[in-house]
Amino acid sequence: MTPRRIAPDALVIERGESVYGRARAAAPLRREGPDKLTGAAKYADDLVFPGAWFGATLRSTEAHARFVGLDLDPAFDWSTVVVATAADIPGDNIVSLISDDQPVLVPLGGEIQHHAEPLVLLAAADRDQLRAARRNVTIRTEALSPTFDPLESEHVFAHYEIDEGDVEAALATADLVLEGTYRVGHQEQLYIENNAMIAMPREDGGVEVHGSLQCPYYIHKALKRALRLTDAQARVIQAETGGGFGGKEEYPSIVALHAALLARKCGKPVRMIYDRHEDLAATTKRHPAIVTHRTGVMLDGTLVAQDIEVVMDGGAYCTLTPVVLSRGAIHAGGPYRCPNVRIRARATRTNTPPNGAFRGFGAPQVEFAAEVQIDRLADALGVSPLDIRRRNLYRKGDTTPTGQVLRESVAASEVLERAVEAAEFEGVRARTSRERAARSRAGVLPTSPIQSGKDRLARGIGVALAWHGAGFTGSGEVKLASVASLELGADGRIRILTGSTEMGQGTKTIFPQLVAAELGVPYEAVEIAPQDTAFVPDSGPTVASRTAMVVGGLLIKAAQGLRLQVETRNDGRSFAASYREDAATHGPTRVDQKFEPYPHVHFDDETYRGDAYPAFGWAACVATVDVDLDTAEVTVRDVVAADDVGRVIHPVLAEGQVEGGTLQAIGYATIEEIKLDKGRYLNDRLATYIIPTSLDAPRITSILVEAPFDGAPHGAKGVGELPMDVGAPAVVAAIHDATGAWVHDLPASPERILAALGVTAPPTPPAGFAPGDGAAATDTTVEAPIDAGTDPRPDARTDPQLLRGPQDRPS
Amino acid sequence: MSAAAWRFTVNEEPVEVVAPGMRRLLDVLREDLGLTGTKEGCGEGECGACTVVLDGVVVDSCLVPICQVDGSTVETVEGLNRTGDSRGVPPLDPLQSAFLTAGGAQCGICTPGMLMAARAYLDAGGTSDEDAIREAIAGNLCRCTGYTKIIEAIAIAAASPAR
Repeated sequence: MTPRRIAPDALVIERGESVYGRARAAAPLRREGPDKLTGAAKYADDLVFPGAWFGATLRSTEAHARFVGLDLDPAFDWSTVVVATAADIPGDNIVSLISDDQPVLVPLGGEIQHHAEPLVLLAAADRDQLRAARRNVTIRTEALSPTFDPLESEHVFAHYEIDEGDVEAALATADLVLEGTYRVGHQEQLYIENNAMIAMPREDGGVEVHGSLQCPYYIHKALKRALRLTDAQARVIQAETGGGFGGKEEYPSIVALHAALLARKCGKPVRMIYDRHEDLAATTKRHPAIVTHRTGVMLDGTLVAQDIEVVMDGGAYCTLTPVVLSRGAIHAGGPYRCPNVRIRARATRTNTPPNGAFRGFGAPQVEFAAEVQIDRLADALGVSPLDIRRRNLYRKGDTTPTGQVLRESVAASEVLERAVEAAEFEGVRARTSRERAARSRAGVLPTSPIQSGKDRLARGIGVALAWHGAGFTGSGEVKLASVASLELGADGRIRILTGSTEMGQGTKTIFPQLVAAELGVPYEAVEIAPQDTAFVPDSGPTVASRTAMVVGGLLIKAAQGLRLQVETRNDGRSFAASYREDAATHGPTRVDQKFEPYPHVHFDDETYRGDAYPAFGWAACVATVDVDLDTAEVTVRDVVAADDVGRVIHPVLAEGQVEGGTLQAIGYATIEEIKLDKGRYLNDRLATYIIPTSLDAPRITSILVEAPFDGAPHGAKGVGELPMDVGAPAVVAAIHDATGAWVHDLPASPERILAALGVTAPPTPPAGFAPGDGAAATDTTVEAPIDAGTDPRPDARTDPQLLRGPQDRPS
Repeated sequence: MSAAAWRFTVNEEPVEVVAPGMRRLLDVLREDLGLTGTKEGCGEGECGACTVVLDGVVVDSCLVPICQVDGSTVETVEGLNRTGDSRGVPPLDPLQSAFLTAGGAQCGICTPGMLMAARAYLDAGGTSDEDAIREAIAGNLCRCTGYTKIIEAIAIAAASPAR
């Protein structure tokens, strides 16, 4: 079929197709690529600081306790070791972020709130001495009673309620009402470079830190507050950063504070380089969540009511939880029009290491739930998963649960059609359905009895659709008031100055590319200044897929301003022809471009009504899996991902984001899980926390779709997080297509699939959820015997969460 | 542990290092020889970021004690483009060039190890076959790319006359 074009100038960029447009005529090579490919790039641990000492963090081994004593063995020579405690913090003992609840170090007498919480810092001139010192410290504690189940916790970090229409009335008149409970656990960002920071004391009493980080100004603010420094006394410089994915948004503030405390105390540079074990044990993860849906739908598949409850596990401290939850709440209904929606969301405290930012930021959890719920509705109604999405997906002019009218740049249909077309979804699904019917007729039920023939592998295909708000939520961008600068130096050099960091996604390539195109000069003529708070303005954090859209947009405006000034001074001669002469004659010119609110975008933080985001990106994913019917092992074979990013600035880099995000989502769906015991992560090593290798990774086909956002001068909406929202539900739908079982918990491990098939007892729920939390989550929908030639969906009546089916409809 | 002198070759240059025999090859390269191109990701042989080629064999340098390297030949990422000049951007070998154009390096931290695994694969006569390439880099974790463009880059290099 011909896909319906939603945005008038939507354009699909296929692989290998040349792309036209001023900023895209020739996609340049990655700016820092040659350094990364030759080993010349300097990551934090590659930096040499003569005379530097090594730092270490002593952490709690209990989830909840009082820190009552610190004993340094008097037999040990402490003269060559520095010990720092909370008492050494000159300013507030607070890691500055949203809430003032997290200490830099737990003070003596204070409460330890989670396992691996920092208590004491040590530094020594060499590693052997440091290790010896560690062995001579005894930490005394008194145990307190911990809370691990987020549903039992009474400490609420944040809660939101979104209410549109009359949910109860609509549920009462719906043809069919389906309930579902979905649970997801922690996920580790697993950047391959661990957290690392080096601090140096400054002569002015301040501190300079170099490290692996996403947000230099978060650290700058944290240093100023805890160490009582002025703007100039705190200097933060990004080293080459080996991946972030949200994991280096807020945690590096803690690493920097620890290194800085030690550096100030010993008067030397201090290297605080985490090893993988410490990084896994102590740093933030994706928030676990339990999401409950009650959905009313008409027989033709039209959604009439969504009643959704989201509970997220914040861990022991607030970190970014209110913002993660906010994004989760707003995205909870999925990319579907529904007149009656109630979303209640809360995040609570547990005595587990704090959870924080991770690609998707609250949306992957809720969109997994929303998509499986939509699939189960289709299943119950006997309609195809494609048709139910086509019927309900957002189109231009629709209104979201916060009352936002989607005025432009709505490409839900476009991405869905492109993905299913490229994956030949309907044809494959017809075949997998026939195969499943044949297995059913032959009595080959999954896992019983053990099969060893060729029928052992069952093929399945699934589709998922998602939306992702571009940039900060609500009035976030207005509050940030980011600045990006462009400078024409007296020497004729053009230089970009922003705090936006490169962590692999391509900032250092697309910024010069956008500016060069606007100024009409070669890409190579535009330099980018290092991310050093002594030189660059605060362009806001490098998070929320906002860098290309928001900061890129500011740079284009800055370039327009610079070009206008130079061309006006030079009798209208082009910037390219006149800028060197202009610089020599007039000296330096600098343009500081400050964020201005997007027109027509208004959000009320109090009532939670209005334009939650200036625009949304749209993503669809089709996954094909093989399920081993003996072992329930899942192999994800192929994924087609179609993502609308507004405008593609650099096709190779944008595809790289889609492919990498997709594989992180596949890992989330199938193998990535943190197991806990009394609040401690059990698999806190890379040998036990598993991520996909090249052999686990499916073949990924990325399709970039363009539905430009008019509010940004270049139309870009961001790409980083989008693919993270769709991979998991597509895989779970494909597992259902292969086996007839709906898995409600992630990851969809063999144990969970076998449990969903009724073969074995359910394994432990994700994170700290108790087996009874959302009791329905372990209910099963087992494939029913079916007649050849009919749609082999399970009988709607077999779904125990179907509160009211078509047969109950009042006549 | 008492130190001893170990002689071996790194990127075709003979070196002598005095170190305890159980010091990791990774630390010798990074700290004693200043070759920081080789990275540490996990320290337990899971991630492959520290991959180097030892006597023609791909190894995790975090698992190799220096005493086992005596008399051996070690190749690291710094040796790939040996003809590089000292000014500005160094020239790249065909494999590095393919990574650059195909987008095989994002954050870059797995890249040196990935390149060494790929180099050994190509040197052993590896082809553009996708499954074979996946197998060859299965010991090297990448969290950015989904491996797609890494595999593409190695296939391009395998097909290029210069390899």
